[in-house]
Amino acid sequence: MNAAAEITFDHVTKRYAGRDAAALDDLSLEIPAGAFCILVGPSGGGKTTALKMVNRLIPFDSGDILIDGRSVRDIPVVELRREIGYVIQQVGLFPHMTVGENIGTVPRLLGWPKAKIRARCGELIDLVGLEQSDLKRYPAQLSGGQRQRVGLARALAADPPLLLMDEPFGALDPITRFRLQTEMRRLHREVGKTVIFVTHDIDEAIQLGDRIAILREGGVLAQYDTPDAILAQPADDFVAKFIGEDRALRRLALKRLSDVKLSPTNGADQQPRVSIETTVRNAVSLLLETKTDHLLVEDDNGQVVGAFRFSDAGALL
Amino acid sequence: MSVLAAGGPVIPTFGKGSSCVTGDHTFCWDWVRGHWHDTLGPALVQHIELTAIAVAIGFAIAFPLALLAHRFQRLEQPFGIFSALLYTIPSLALFQFLVPFTGLTVTTVEVALVAYTLVILFPNITAGLHSPPEEVLEAARGMGLTRLQVLMRVELPLATPAIIGGLRIAVVSTVAIATIAAFLLPKGLGYPIFLALKEPTPFKTEIYSAGALAVALALSCDAALVGLRRLVVPWASKGVA
Repeated sequence: MNAAAEITFDHVTKRYAGRDAAALDDLSLEIPAGAFCILVGPSGGGKTTALKMVNRLIPFDSGDILIDGRSVRDIPVVELRREIGYVIQQVGLFPHMTVGENIGTVPRLLGWPKAKIRARCGELIDLVGLEQSDLKRYPAQLSGGQRQRVGLARALAADPPLLLMDEPFGALDPITRFRLQTEMRRLHREVGKTVIFVTHDIDEAIQLGDRIAILREGGVLAQYDTPDAILAQPADDFVAKFIGEDRALRRLALKRLSDVKLSPTNGADQQPRVSIETTVRNAVSLLLETKTDHLLVEDDNGQVVGAFRFSDAGALL
Repeated sequence: MSVLAAGGPVIPTFGKGSSCVTGDHTFCWDWVRGHWHDTLGPALVQHIELTAIAVAIGFAIAFPLALLAHRFQRLEQPFGIFSALLYTIPSLALFQFLVPFTGLTVTTVEVALVAYTLVILFPNITAGLHSPPEEVLEAARGMGLTRLQVLMRVELPLATPAIIGGLRIAVVSTVAIATIAAFLLPKGLGYPIFLALKEPTPFKTEIYSAGALAVALALSCDAALVGLRRLVVPWASKGVA
């Protein structure tokens, strides 16, 4: 397999016995290699079902799911799963194994030499922001956030081209969740794998995803696009409602002042200054807070590169 | 070597021992010392044998049955009900019931003792195998462990505390129940008690010393298993730091 896998859902349908509504209704999605794809929607939308079909924890009735053009049905299930990183909300660390043993699970199954496994564990524990000494600890000795970091390291251990994440941060407190979301984005940039990430939280979807698939009740795909495109043009009332009435502000949160065509400045100005890395949403908030008509934008070296006005924000939308 | 060989069916030196013994005082150390080699020691060894065989065979039966019931969930209830029914039979009655088939033999005693260990071991092992949380099993399957690997690397290790817990109860209760074997056989710590009770005036020292040995045996077995648990289950004793 490549470093990142391309995933295709091809008219996938799933019905559970004794239920009228389909769990997943004719889902077709193309997820490019290296994408961070979010499956989001209310419960009953089939997002977890769709995720678990990829590693065949749940069978599908019709259609097909392809990894790099190969049907998941054609790959022996054990082999398939060892090549897909899997992270779940409750983490599911093995309580009788140390952190190191947990992380080394799949490499052990694959028969890696011990020294290679040890080196890989050391590498991953750094990557997910834990201490080397944590490798010797047991899961019961870790906090919830630390456990999910270990869960992530364990999923990445054998360097899989695809990572499936089922509401991985859903059980964490808001501060820990935010920290892990930020690190997840960094991690995705660093390891460049395809990620399919399930959440019911639209904020999380917008913050993390570079593609978002919104599923509604009955397992119907309502819209599949980039966060910006979805916020700019919700496909229907359901999507518009789901992403919220403040979607313009949410869009601005996705953009930074570096994306804005700034106005020229007029000489010695005493206006508040902001970094060019500030999100447009935060800059607008600052405009409102300081009751001024513009802010001075400075680059990394503290040089003023332009002024930011309300109208500049409006021009983005 | 049996108690009988030491000099007849009556308490060997009752009547010609020290004044403590002839007077049947509460507890006579000199009798215990004098009869360690011909009475108490051998009885203790026999008792350990009776218990060890019963628990070993019971475990050898209960373990595969529990694995089977775990694999084929439908079997669990019938197995469970059968073993629970066994336990409701009073031990003496069970001994008597078996005598026509297996006679006054060690086999009779062991069959009954094994039956009782099954009742304790089977549900404990089954419960242990059920103990891994669903998310742990899902993670295991999701990472590509085969069914056998899930059993060997996840379910059995996580079942170990419950299995050892079951062994503790089985050993302690078998040590206690095995004293009743003396109704059938001149074996075990029950036998000196049995003989002492048969005297016109029951000889207290013999009853107490054999009884105390049975208690001590149960406690030391239990302590040994607690030690074993600590050794093989290091993760359970480490809580949140």
